[in-house]
Amino acid sequence: MIEDRTTQSSRELNKSEKWFVGWHMIFAIAALFIGIQYGPMQALQHAGLDLYVKMPFLAASYYQGLTLHGVLNALIWTTFFITGFSTLVVIKGLGRSLKYPWLNKIGFWMMVVGLLTAAVPILADKATVLYTFYPPMQASAWFYIGLVLVVVGSWIEGYGMYFTFYAWRKENIGTRSPFIVFAALINMVMWQIATLGIAAEILAIILPSVFGWTAGTDPQLSRTLFWYTGHPLVYFWVLPAYLSWYAMLPKQVGGKMFSDSLARLSFWLFLILSVPLGFHHQFADPGVPAAWKFIHALLTFSVAFPSMMTLFTVVASLEYGGRKRGGKGLFGWIRALPWSDPSVVWQLLAGLLFVFGGIGGIVNASYNVNLALHNTAWIPGHFHLTVSSAATMTYVAILFWLVPYLTGKPLWKPKLAVIAGWTYFGGMLLFSNAMHVVGLLGAPRRTPLGIAPYIPGEWAGHLWRVGVGGTIMWIGLMMFIVIILVTAVQRKRLPADELVEVPIAESLQDPQDTPAWLDRWRPWLIASVVIILLSYGPQLYEQITQVQLTSPGFTP
Amino acid sequence: MSDDIQQGDDPQGDTKQHMHVDSYERKWVMISIGFLVFFVIMITIAGLALGIQVPTDEGRVNPNTLEDALPWSEPGLREIVPGEEYEVYIVARRFSFDPREITVPKGAHVTFWATSADVQHGFALEGTNVNMMVIPGQVSKLAAQFDEPGEYDFICHEYCGLGHAVMYGTLTVES
Repeated sequence: MIEDRTTQSSRELNKSEKWFVGWHMIFAIAALFIGIQYGPMQALQHAGLDLYVKMPFLAASYYQGLTLHGVLNALIWTTFFITGFSTLVVIKGLGRSLKYPWLNKIGFWMMVVGLLTAAVPILADKATVLYTFYPPMQASAWFYIGLVLVVVGSWIEGYGMYFTFYAWRKENIGTRSPFIVFAALINMVMWQIATLGIAAEILAIILPSVFGWTAGTDPQLSRTLFWYTGHPLVYFWVLPAYLSWYAMLPKQVGGKMFSDSLARLSFWLFLILSVPLGFHHQFADPGVPAAWKFIHALLTFSVAFPSMMTLFTVVASLEYGGRKRGGKGLFGWIRALPWSDPSVVWQLLAGLLFVFGGIGGIVNASYNVNLALHNTAWIPGHFHLTVSSAATMTYVAILFWLVPYLTGKPLWKPKLAVIAGWTYFGGMLLFSNAMHVVGLLGAPRRTPLGIAPYIPGEWAGHLWRVGVGGTIMWIGLMMFIVIILVTAVQRKRLPADELVEVPIAESLQDPQDTPAWLDRWRPWLIASVVIILLSYGPQLYEQITQVQLTSPGFTP
Repeated sequence: MSDDIQQGDDPQGDTKQHMHVDSYERKWVMISIGFLVFFVIMITIAGLALGIQVPTDEGRVNPNTLEDALPWSEPGLREIVPGEEYEVYIVARRFSFDPREITVPKGAHVTFWATSADVQHGFALEGTNVNMMVIPGQVSKLAAQFDEPGEYDFICHEYCGLGHAVMYGTLTVES
């Protein structure tokens, strides 16, 4: 009876599937490695120690370094990790091969070609436009073409997953889809709906202007399209972490998934609520009516709700695990958690930081309150708690079991990996807190504060904490990269009876008891489209019918 | 049946606790909704009763012909009611604001109008709620009241090119 409730199939990935997932991770980790080299350079620049001047061969300017940091860490590390991890989850969760492996391979190699195409102009200082590339600031055409190829490649990998899921459905009529597959697919669908904005921005507005087919761009419409993608992008990063917290972390701490149906409900809410709220990034924009900004503020509050449900469910699963391990009393279960397991530690610390990220997010969404922090250092302070903590720390945690799973080799120096987690966590606390503080004092984001003439000397203490914190974060992640590289290349192998498994938690509740409406796609997809049309339709219609492609391009 | 399974699974007879947690979850959901509703009420009061508003649609302008017509052909301060009501038109251009220096008397209520002649810029005035994007083709507008004499920097907070970090100006409030 108990065995019936397990969502774990016994089928392991075969060698070529492991390599396919592994290639995603190789590119992801390489992007992370190059991108984080610029992190402490920015942080120390704020503190007045300008390594960009001392090491000019690393980047032509602070802004080129910032572009590399943002593109490689926020866009490439995430997208390659997520598509690779989702592939593993689909194969392992469904216990079947990809329906059309060649399709997924085309998608992946298109992403690689796109990455290299975009990387050349960025490295050549021909695309120093930061990862938001707001027109009419203009980069080399190859930068945009590369980004489009990365996005379209990820779409194709998503199609490959849908075909596989559809085939499984036909083979398993009446069976609830495994939660992990369900969650990974919702993330891919949400990503495909969301990236329509950025695709339209690049293909219909930016590239025609770069090629000289139009007199210029419409910067306001470009921003609207960009932020249609920009916020759900954040959920695309975070949902794989949620997947792990909901359905993998409980297994890792010896517990169970608290509720299959509530987990599914919260993922459906993320699908329908992640997209229709992009104007909360545009509260300070001139060309969007205040009433629409207010509506999107309300919708942003509504997406905080499934996150708060997640907080409850994840903590409840952890408590269940902690008590099964013998933890007693109000907080004893926390001490009973396996704090020596690096994968668990990195995820617990990620979740803890994300609580602060979530609170900050509600502040950001609060319409007029946003005036106090829009485009200040508060914002990167905030999103380093989301993409660089909740998402990145959980990806690292996953790699701590994933690389041993893929290679059949033991994790090298697990204790060091635990120390690395605490190191990064400590650096993040220093860095992020100081960024929030100087932001509220008025320091702008995306600005080398070390040379900005308007920065008062009294802020030096805060800016030093930014610099020291950023450097400590770098040390933590470099420790991770060394550990994972040695793990992958060492000669030592795990004995056959100690092979690492994909951790998939059983649910306390039989997934078959989950109501059918939580495992049916059509109504939720329709709801998603309807909400997007209602929240974006009128403004998009207005901005598109009044489009003025009059802003000529400028190089930085 | 599912109760059996839970009891079977849990050495400490966790079935009751499981039910307890369910009621905790219901309470947590209510608390979450309560918080969010409270926040919405607060920002609505701040917006409607206290008049703290974000920028809104103020019409368009051609960024290539700013020199050709008022008001953008003559950026600067306009006195509407001496000592009380002022307007200032600001053109953001890489890498400075025009005008860079603004002087108003203590007690002035100043409306800031801004647009860009080239790329996207930002305009944030220290110590006030004036914080807006300045976008080519669009007109931005926010206002503030100045009751404390002193110097207030306004800075560009959107990356606008290699000279971005030095793009700022100063508003002086005279006593």
